[in-house]
Amino acid sequence: MSAGPLLDPAPGPRPQSGLGATLAHARYVVSGNPVTALAFGLLLLLVLCAVLGPALAPYDPLASDTAAALNPPSLAHPFGTDQLGRDILSRVVAAARLDLAIAVFSVALVFAVGGLAGLAAGYFGGWTDRVVGRIADTIMAFPLFVLAMGIVAALGNTVTNIVLATAIINVPLYARLARAEAAVRRNAGFVLAARLTGNSEIRILLTGILPNILPLMMVQMSLTMGYAILNAAGLSFIGLGVRPPTPEWGIMVAEGAGFIVSGEWWIALFPGLALMIAVFCFNLIGDGLRDIVDPQRRT
Amino acid sequence: MITRRTALAAGLAAPFVANGRVRAQAPSRNETLLLIQEYGPNSLDMQGIGASQPVNGVALNCYDRLLRFKPVPIPGGGGHQVAMTELEGELAESWQVASDGMSCTFTLREARFHSGRLVTARDVKWSLDRAVSIGGFATTQMNAGSLEKPEQFVALDDRTFRVDFARRDKLTMPNLAVTIPFVFDSELARRNGGDDPWAKEWLKNNVAGSGAFKVESWKPGVETVYVRNDAWASGRRPSLRRVIARDIASPSTRRALIERGDADISYGLPPKDFKDLIDGGKVKVVGVPIPNGVWSLYLNTKVGPFADVRLRQAVAWAVPYEKILQASLFGRGVAMSGGPETPRVAWPQPFPYRPDPARAKALAAAAAPGGFATTLLFDAGNATVAEPMAVLIKEALAPLGIAVEITKVPGSNFRGEIGKKTNPMVLNRFAGWLDYPDYYLFWTLHGNNSIFNIASYQNPELDRLVDAARFTSDPAAYDRSVIDFVSLVEREVPMVPIAQPTHDVAMQKTIGGYQFQPCREPDFRYLTKG
Amino acid sequence: MLRLVADRLITTVPALVGVIVVCFLLTRVLPGDTAAYFAGPTATPQAIEQIRRELGLDRPLPEQFARYVADLARGDLGQSLTTGQPVAADLRARLPASAELTLFGLVLSLIVAIPLGITAAVRQGSMVDHACRIVATTGVSLPVFFTGLLLVTVFYFLLGWAPAPLGRLDTFASPPPELTGFYLVDSLAAGDLETFRAALAQIALPGITLAIFALAPIARITRAAMLAVLASDFIRTARAAGLSGRTVVITYAFRNAMLPVVTTLGMVFSFLLGANVLVEKVFAWPGVGSYAVEALIASDFAPVQGFVLAMAILYIALNLLIDLTYGVIDPRTASAA
Repeated sequence: MSAGPLLDPAPGPRPQSGLGATLAHARYVVSGNPVTALAFGLLLLLVLCAVLGPALAPYDPLASDTAAALNPPSLAHPFGTDQLGRDILSRVVAAARLDLAIAVFSVALVFAVGGLAGLAAGYFGGWTDRVVGRIADTIMAFPLFVLAMGIVAALGNTVTNIVLATAIINVPLYARLARAEAAVRRNAGFVLAARLTGNSEIRILLTGILPNILPLMMVQMSLTMGYAILNAAGLSFIGLGVRPPTPEWGIMVAEGAGFIVSGEWWIALFPGLALMIAVFCFNLIGDGLRDIVDPQRRT
Repeated sequence: MITRRTALAAGLAAPFVANGRVRAQAPSRNETLLLIQEYGPNSLDMQGIGASQPVNGVALNCYDRLLRFKPVPIPGGGGHQVAMTELEGELAESWQVASDGMSCTFTLREARFHSGRLVTARDVKWSLDRAVSIGGFATTQMNAGSLEKPEQFVALDDRTFRVDFARRDKLTMPNLAVTIPFVFDSELARRNGGDDPWAKEWLKNNVAGSGAFKVESWKPGVETVYVRNDAWASGRRPSLRRVIARDIASPSTRRALIERGDADISYGLPPKDFKDLIDGGKVKVVGVPIPNGVWSLYLNTKVGPFADVRLRQAVAWAVPYEKILQASLFGRGVAMSGGPETPRVAWPQPFPYRPDPARAKALAAAAAPGGFATTLLFDAGNATVAEPMAVLIKEALAPLGIAVEITKVPGSNFRGEIGKKTNPMVLNRFAGWLDYPDYYLFWTLHGNNSIFNIASYQNPELDRLVDAARFTSDPAAYDRSVIDFVSLVEREVPMVPIAQPTHDVAMQKTIGGYQFQPCREPDFRYLTKG
Repeated sequence: MLRLVADRLITTVPALVGVIVVCFLLTRVLPGDTAAYFAGPTATPQAIEQIRRELGLDRPLPEQFARYVADLARGDLGQSLTTGQPVAADLRARLPASAELTLFGLVLSLIVAIPLGITAAVRQGSMVDHACRIVATTGVSLPVFFTGLLLVTVFYFLLGWAPAPLGRLDTFASPPPELTGFYLVDSLAAGDLETFRAALAQIALPGITLAIFALAPIARITRAAMLAVLASDFIRTARAAGLSGRTVVITYAFRNAMLPVVTTLGMVFSFLLGANVLVEKVFAWPGVGSYAVEALIASDFAPVQGFVLAMAILYIALNLLIDLTYGVIDPRTASAA
């Protein structure tokens, strides 16, 4: 297998810094990097949609109105209406909650499973390392989307299984990342000191090593959030998405895709844009975060 | 210089020259039809187990049957459909039903298989024996016309063949014209079949027929190429010399291809696209309401909430028929609501129900005051039409206190699901090949409990009426039975008919001779180009 | 070197075993009753039970697994219900189409992404850098099927520049004599420029769709690798020695930055194989991806697991190749291994 984590070709120890210094640095990075600032702004908007959701939507996202089906964007329906006359703006807004939830839960799960497994592998070495490594290798041997497809097809297309599949295919990435970082630190001075003062290994792992690799994990988590949304959209396109009539960006794009050729471009375009913006945000934030946690890279 | 290619071509052409035949020029684009469809055949043998719907097209175009349905003009124009009760000879030059009405004797015409051998009565017997013995769909279809045992088929001499009827069944003769009882070159098949007396594996991958077309190449999942059999004796020589049938999974792509003129004819577009193509006027769309076909909501009468007839009626009073027709079928069909109190002798036909929220609510409140949650199942392969349908039904049932969860089930798994007969609500489209009301109900509501009896409906009274209609030869008694069993279904609503869909085909304006067949596959024998 | 290959091969064994186990489990949990499907819509429960016995589906799982492995060893991946053909034959016939498309997309992407990444690194923090980031990130933020459909709509349907998305060649053209199975290569080898042009026209849009998707990871890794190298001492020395900026970037920095880029290619390839599944569906590309999706929709599991297995093996082989290439580029790893 290819060696080393994908996004960090040359991991190395980096200077520790206090919270205040990090915040100051973050301010500096954002001010010097308008693109990241923009991404944070857009993310705020999405989170707002997700939290307020239905309150912001002008119509009931599930209510059909066949008399107003397939209307192009207008004042009454700024994003137009779909095949059943549902308001696309309302559906796009309502979908933010589910899509962000899929992203957040997938990432939380993969972090909990992949991250901790990698941490243990790197810290303890030996058979733990070998078992984790083998499992990661096996998963990595599949083209990721294909594996996700197989898992959802096998377990049934529910939101839970989509989250599960997304988490599983990302496990190796997290495991490797965490393993590399933990392995570097297992014999670091502060770890030896903690061990000498009688701390248990688990305690050292969770309180000593984990916090140190968190920043790097954050970068990866941001990127994975974007990927999770794309993955769900891809699954929807081949008919393995969430159940109708639940609004979800991927399934809306997939449904709307059939209408592009016939000229009803708005059905796919607006959810597509929302999806793109969300993924775009997470990717840019990931990049921006890297600049924050890895100041060396910036010089 | 002789390139490898020209040398190869010369080598290939040699046998034709040796035969003394002059090889005609390769078919031009004008003689080649490009057909696009969602998916193609998974076998070349329609009698074989597991053959998919497009295999009917192979049976239709590459094989002959004793009889075929007579083409009659489609009322709205645009081509022909078939008359169920009028048959014409295909391999049969003439036929005569015995005076006692219990057998029919066929005289074969002088037709030759693609191999060059004469078609004999023995080939017909072998083929029909195969159809009733092979099991699976082919055998069941034969049985539907009381063609049940090899002993019913008798080869009297090389060109005379007799079918003995098991009972008087008006479906026996038309059932000889559907795509199943086609005639194989039995010697060729047996020679290549190895140990298997029915040569199933070999016939799956090879055509051994006498039909108007031969299969030139078959790349499963990609394309099937047909070439005309110039020696075809069972009908007028087709005008197309070559047909390329491409499998294009994406409906958008299929639409773009036909709209831009890159494909000649397209089957299986979403109804929305057919409507747009009609409105656009650039291509010709020919639609036929699918005979004996209807989208229905099946309500399980054995288990779950809909065992209570009041809830079934409540649903029938709640379904937004007209809305569904517009939003899901884009008007390409006939809504099955608001029919007369006394039914006609027809199937499908509108039931007396129409959306009446007050009545629906009253019935639901009486039967299930607290409301309940249930699931609605449909085949993911039909999602384009069934999904909007399901969403509208879900919405319409919410005010009755019925919370519906929609479940899409992929392909073959759908069959498994309906086979369980435990799903409370299922949306499905069933279409019978033979256009008789009793035939339809025999499949979908009869006590024989076939897989298509999704509602798991068991009612001896209905069985009696359906069986009476099937086997009577008295038209008045037949009409009475049909009216009685349709009334019964209207009262009991184990299935709520929603809409009779239109079978649409889009083609360039230069394409003529469209022929609708009950199997709904393209019939290349009549099509013309240019 | 041979020793290295052998060692490396042995390390792939556990992954291979894992893949086979997962594929087997996948076939057993995928919904859809094969026996019921084979028996046809009108079969009796007894008939279904008999077919189940014939297919060995009533045996205990370990026994089924042993059978499965034995079949695999004979190259038997089962029978597809949708095409009616042996899965192995189907995959063989369709693999070149997918491989050609994926490689085409990858090469296209490399051609664009590497200069993009280098430029971004050299002018780090400038508007060019930000623009590169936005372009690459936008590409990866679009669902591939959406990009594909958009390209079809604009370039085929509206503008008419691209040929009909009907697969690898125009309907009335015939494929070049088979050599590699790659139409672009075969037509050139046969000196048939017309077919080459036709094949290129067909592969352009799906290739671009894939390339757009792969742009971001490649550009990102190139930029990062270049930044790391540019910051290193030997580059400073080279600059201090008065070498021109161009020479430093191209000759010294880029060559060293290639290592991580090559390592990432395996990952990107896997990424593209997944994306391929969706792209093939949109462009009616007769590859293994569209084959698997169609089978999946019909719950025809033999092709699905055959496809997953084939892809996994392909991917393992590719990574092996990359690791070996890596050894060639950077002799240090070879000696360390």
